[in-house]
Amino acid sequence: MVRAVRADSETAIEIRPATPEDIPAVIALDQDVTSLLKTAYWHDMFDRFGAQRQDVRFFLVADNGGRIDGFIIGEVRAWEFGSSPSGWIFAVQVRPRLRVRGLGSRLFATICDRFRAAGVDRVRTMVARDNTVIQSFFRSQGMIAGPFIELEMRLD
Amino acid sequence: MKLQKATEFALYAVLELAADPQRQLTALDIADKYGISAHHLAKVLRDLGRAGLVAAVRGVGGGYRFAGNAKRLTLLDVIRLFEDVGGSADAPTRSPAPDIAEGLRFVLAEIDAQTVATLRSISLATMLKLSAHRPRESATDARPQRRTASRVR
Repeated sequence: MVRAVRADSETAIEIRPATPEDIPAVIALDQDVTSLLKTAYWHDMFDRFGAQRQDVRFFLVADNGGRIDGFIIGEVRAWEFGSSPSGWIFAVQVRPRLRVRGLGSRLFATICDRFRAAGVDRVRTMVARDNTVIQSFFRSQGMIAGPFIELEMRLD
Repeated sequence: MKLQKATEFALYAVLELAADPQRQLTALDIADKYGISAHHLAKVLRDLGRAGLVAAVRGVGGGYRFAGNAKRLTLLDVIRLFEDVGGSADAPTRSPAPDIAEGLRFVLAEIDAQTVATLRSISLATMLKLSAHRPRESATDARPQRRTASRVR
């Protein structure tokens, strides 16, 4: 289902599921922000999260009159170390000059609606500890620390 | 984590004033609301004024009003005016040290790094939202529904 979201003063931005035609724009937007070209990665992400099991996997884009100004990706995950099914967000991006204008919040709200419709009542994510921008964004949406801790170990 | 009294009072005052930037409140107004010492709070407010977070309004009906940007200022910005937090996260490693001392320092630095990251990621605006709409369970209350390693590959 395509869900139109409110128009701001300048133009209507539609939050909708990604299509294969959007992926080059997603790649370009990500490259603008990260300075890394990850062509194969984004095509793989679309294959996994935009093209199958769309009842529990969501790859949404912010379509600003044909230009992709943001995207968010997530899925319903279950039973990882005792976690009951919950929504997981693992990518969100907004064109830098459009940030702090509510587009990220709209992407977040839309994917949360999708998670609710999929039957879960909780959304989770994992962010780098030193990534203050993204951590502040999720906190501003109302997210707080959860009951899980990320652990890691070097293998070399 | 326990904050010093002055830091706690500063957070009360800044958040109370940031909740309505047009409003002016005296030290007594805020102290009464939180049941804290007006004398101590007055000193804290002067420090906040020097840091540019609040502005003193003189004359009858005077007091203090918020003078910062609630979306940009974080809890860490306010706290670090009054005390050091996360000191060991930033501190250079002193070497050489016995293994046990080094190991303990490593773990304490991990805790400090988490504390700093949390305080740095919460703006005053976010804190006010969180205060108004507290989650039904706190992070420390929440527990995984099943506490077994159910998916280890």
